[in-house]
Amino acid sequence: MSGLSILFRKELLESWRTYRLPVVAGLFILVGLSSPLLARFLPEIIQAAAGDAFASIEIPTPTAADAVVQVQKNLAQFGALAAIVLAMGSVASEIERGTAAFILARPVGRGAFLAAKAAAIGLVLAMSVAMAVGLGWLYTAILFEPPDIAGWIAMGLLGWLALAAWAALTFLASAATGSMAAAAGLGFVALLVLSVVAVVPAIARWTPAGLTDPAAALATGQAAVGDLGWDLWSPVLATIALIALALIASFVIFRRREL
Amino acid sequence: MSSPSAVACRDLTKRFSGSGGGVLAVDRLDLDIPAGSVFGLLGPNGAGKTTTLRMITGLARPTAGAVAIDGVTVQPDNPGVRRSIGVLDQAPRFYGWMRGRELVELAGRLAGLTGAELRARTRDTLERTGLDASAERRIGGYSGGMRQRLGIAAALVSDPGLLLLDEPVSSLDPEGRRDLLSLIADLRGNATVIFSTHVLDDVERICDRVGILDTGRLVEEAALDDLLARYAVASYRLVLAPDQEDAVEALRAALGTAPWCARTSGGAGELVVAVHDEAAAIAGLLPLVVASGVHLVRFEQERPTLEDVFLRLVGRAPVERVA
Repeated sequence: MSGLSILFRKELLESWRTYRLPVVAGLFILVGLSSPLLARFLPEIIQAAAGDAFASIEIPTPTAADAVVQVQKNLAQFGALAAIVLAMGSVASEIERGTAAFILARPVGRGAFLAAKAAAIGLVLAMSVAMAVGLGWLYTAILFEPPDIAGWIAMGLLGWLALAAWAALTFLASAATGSMAAAAGLGFVALLVLSVVAVVPAIARWTPAGLTDPAAALATGQAAVGDLGWDLWSPVLATIALIALALIASFVIFRRREL
Repeated sequence: MSSPSAVACRDLTKRFSGSGGGVLAVDRLDLDIPAGSVFGLLGPNGAGKTTTLRMITGLARPTAGAVAIDGVTVQPDNPGVRRSIGVLDQAPRFYGWMRGRELVELAGRLAGLTGAELRARTRDTLERTGLDASAERRIGGYSGGMRQRLGIAAALVSDPGLLLLDEPVSSLDPEGRRDLLSLIADLRGNATVIFSTHVLDDVERICDRVGILDTGRLVEEAALDDLLARYAVASYRLVLAPDQEDAVEALRAALGTAPWCARTSGGAGELVVAVHDEAAAIAGLLPLVVASGVHLVRFEQERPTLEDVFLRLVGRAPVERVA
């Protein structure tokens, strides 16, 4: 695709210069550091906050599995917000500011223009998730016991895949509406709808939200990839298909857009 | 579509959707722009100049008809056809976080320049547009005029065969305007330039061909000299001595009945006489002045201007005229 690598480098430089990359990376680092700490010291925090009110309730001793749950929960919540914020302005802000016309009046394909943006968002999320998971693993090893590295890598990959899905849906809204506010709104609606329908287990396994359980099982060592079968592959394939469809739809819509 | 022209528009039409059938911005435009010419696309605001240029670059999709550049039909997702084009938008918008040099380099890279050639062309273009001293500053801090110069630098960096400039001097100060017009004029013969404006003086200064658009339709297209010869009205300027209102009124009345006189105009202290028949006017004008008892300070023949042509073809003056 004409101009793809040039535009990809421009996107990464823009992420750095406009502080999107440092801010998102900082948020994920905070998630990676704070989640195991929160899991480890939750009983003490509750005791300090509530005093004798919960003295009769016995709080179980935290384990490495609690750190996994905490990392996953925080990644899913803060990560989804970061993914939506990263994607909402990617195309819309360039249309609104008029810079898309500057680029696309040159020998650049519209597919390359979108692909560079999608790839840059994917890379920023991947680097951020890698930092969160790496630091989370380190703190879990210090505060509890060294967890299974392969399981945590798998958790990171599945977590990234889920965030990439929220980013792709917001990216589609950004390309289709040309408005950052509308893209953010539609991104949140998509996140909300897919999270609500995922309450039903049979549906959850075909949504990005269905990636949580197999990720937790792999990170805590309760199961290996081979043991999970369709519990793992159905949400993985469904999420990849969702991302692909969102990106294809973005291209089809943006190709016809007047600038 | 095949054409020897640098740019060929055939039946080019653009209708924007909206209530009441929408807006017909460009209406069945047929236009051939010869290679190497500096072509002025003239018209009042809303004539369809910007929409035409956006269809030529592929940023807007024609409702009907087509544009070809060097015989290749333009389509929004056909980047190859834009390889030899330099474009400057009417209100150029850039990335505020970038440095001026980086933006020109980005435009050069996208046009296929690399390595030492890219660096040399970037340096040269920034010098030619007067931005070398501010090349390392963030664009967010540039003034409107500097942004316009930057847009021109980005359009020129790849040494394009076709340059599309939409109101390129609108934000420049007089010195910047003069420099840029001179730079565009120097491209004649080496590149085809399409220059959209409603400032007639700029067109007269640098263009060799002119197309006049009005309400989306091409009213006339010809070499500038031909256009002036064909449509411009010969006129004479009479600079009057003061305190002779009655004599001037008598002269006006006499001119009103002269068959060779098209119209009279002018403010205090001068009278401009436009004529249909130059030979008859030369023979008849000064005797009428003498007969009316009008004293002149100066008498001169006015050079026919593009404004005269524009007034005759469009029926109204363009929005702006720069002195």
